[in-house]
Amino acid sequence: MTSPIIQVQDLRKNYGAVEALRGVSFEIAEGEVFGLLGPNGAGKTSTIEILEGMRTPDGGSARVCGLDPQTSGDEFKRQVGAVLQSTSLPDKLRVSEAIQLFASLYGVSPSPDHLLARFGLEEKRDAFYGKLSGGQKQRLALALALVQQPRVLFLDEPTAGLDPQVRREIYDVIAELRAEKKTILMTTHYIEEAERLCDRVAVIDHGRLIALGTPRELKERGAGTTRIELTLARPESDGALRGLDSVTDCREIEGRTVLHSTRPPATIVALVKHLEASGNELKSLEIVPPSLEDIFIELTGRRLRD
Amino acid sequence: MKQSWTLTKFRIMLAMRNRAFLFFGVIIPVALLFLFAAIFGRGGGRAVAYVLASILAMTVMGSFWGLSQQLVIFREQGILRRFRLAPAGAGAMLASSIFSNLVLTLPAVAIEMALARWVLHMPSWGNLAGVFVMVTLGGATFATLGLVVASVANSMMETQVINQLLWLAFMLLSGVTVPLPTLPAWLQTVALYLPATYLVTGLQRALLDSAGPSQLGAEILSLGGSTLIAFFISRQIFRWEPEEKLPSSAKTWTLAALIPFLLLGMWETRDGQRRAQARSIFRSTYEAPQRKQQNKPAPDAPAAPAPPAPGSGVRPE
Repeated sequence: MTSPIIQVQDLRKNYGAVEALRGVSFEIAEGEVFGLLGPNGAGKTSTIEILEGMRTPDGGSARVCGLDPQTSGDEFKRQVGAVLQSTSLPDKLRVSEAIQLFASLYGVSPSPDHLLARFGLEEKRDAFYGKLSGGQKQRLALALALVQQPRVLFLDEPTAGLDPQVRREIYDVIAELRAEKKTILMTTHYIEEAERLCDRVAVIDHGRLIALGTPRELKERGAGTTRIELTLARPESDGALRGLDSVTDCREIEGRTVLHSTRPPATIVALVKHLEASGNELKSLEIVPPSLEDIFIELTGRRLRD
Repeated sequence: MKQSWTLTKFRIMLAMRNRAFLFFGVIIPVALLFLFAAIFGRGGGRAVAYVLASILAMTVMGSFWGLSQQLVIFREQGILRRFRLAPAGAGAMLASSIFSNLVLTLPAVAIEMALARWVLHMPSWGNLAGVFVMVTLGGATFATLGLVVASVANSMMETQVINQLLWLAFMLLSGVTVPLPTLPAWLQTVALYLPATYLVTGLQRALLDSAGPSQLGAEILSLGGSTLIAFFISRQIFRWEPEEKLPSSAKTWTLAALIPFLLLGMWETRDGQRRAQARSIFRSTYEAPQRKQQNKPAPDAPAAPAPPAPGSGVRPE
């Protein structure tokens, strides 16, 4: 890895008695897209907001572009752009005015045309912010984050609450930024987002970083189990299937039964015997390579959206 | 400074798109000017100037109301935290509130003065430099008080409660709606501790006695001092995040913004001439024309009814 542009060391943050971060450490190289993956309340936003300079850590250290986010002031703000998870703009502000306003605050030439074109907002240039759809607002947020051409981009749940089509549009924008070698730290609880967009992923849960690597490395790490997806004529109790040979986990996911097995052949033999004995019928069976979701379940014992 | 100016332009633009601002900032004061002039301004040209001083004070004081609400809305909606990411500190954000308020107030004041002079036949402009200084400093004072309220209040509901209480006190006790000399003596003493009183009496003196900036020293010192202290306090307790709460100890600190008025009130209560000046202006406006009319012989018709004076008469100190 080239010299890190973001360094996080033993980061800690408490909200009253709640320990939101319990010693998180990682480094991000320049030009890397790094994902923080975890369920709600895992500590992703606390981490990213400390790195944005919006929150003060209770322990540990964070450096971005060699600067301390909490004390470096305007010099730091010019180096980083961000899409916040919960933010807004005044309803009566026009799209082009918003870009000009922030360009002016950063002291860069206020020419919104390029950004409007890049984010497909030309037709909305005179529209009020209050009249934009969720996807348009998010595209404007991305445009504003890039207005001063920052070295580092922080994206906190950039596609949360958006419909699948808009989400894919945002993915395309992030993929373009990745191709431009922009350093990006993004948080997400969407597995496919992390797999599709990130060079490396840190899995975070209960304020602790529990796994770190490329999506492929993480999946290989979970190769100890194989995912077997079943459709049955009638549902079986989790307990019955969990007891089958070599099964480590059994869940109902979107109408399908998902088993994790350390020895798929033995599990399948046991499954067929069990179904015959119980008079049930196997309608489909599929063996799939483990996904990041499986790895997450394996690491935390629960699903991302639990 | 550049950031303050950028934010000022942005705030002015938003205000101009807000119908409520135009309604409460321009239309209502003008309507009240004509209403008050019709009721209390019939005693002669000076009475129109007396009414105008109240309306100008009301226009200037209105700034604390709108500003505090806008800032709390910005905070609650997460707009402020977006600005926090940009190189715009709390000082620039707060200064933009004061500048934009001033830019928006001055045209409203000019319209009210022009209407009073040309439509309601106010006999003179008074001392324009004095009026300008009082409007500018008054605007800054009430804008910064609004910023303190915005920083103290944790929600829109709290802001409205605090604003209602302050507004009621300013409107009833400062001479804006009820002339100071007509209040009971103890209420006149209470009024000497309110910033609004110094704005109203300063405007009355500038408009009716042609007092210039050099004669408005106490008003300028108290309003200017309060602006500086309130700005410093609001900067110290400024909050970007909706979930950040102000500790109770910090709330007590905010009372420091009223120190200039506390000192001035104490001095005025003991040695000051403010009540005498207010009484003199009131008498010369309402009682002198009334006496003139009463003394004038009525050759053919019965004398016209005396113009109604606000309140039941001048009360002793």
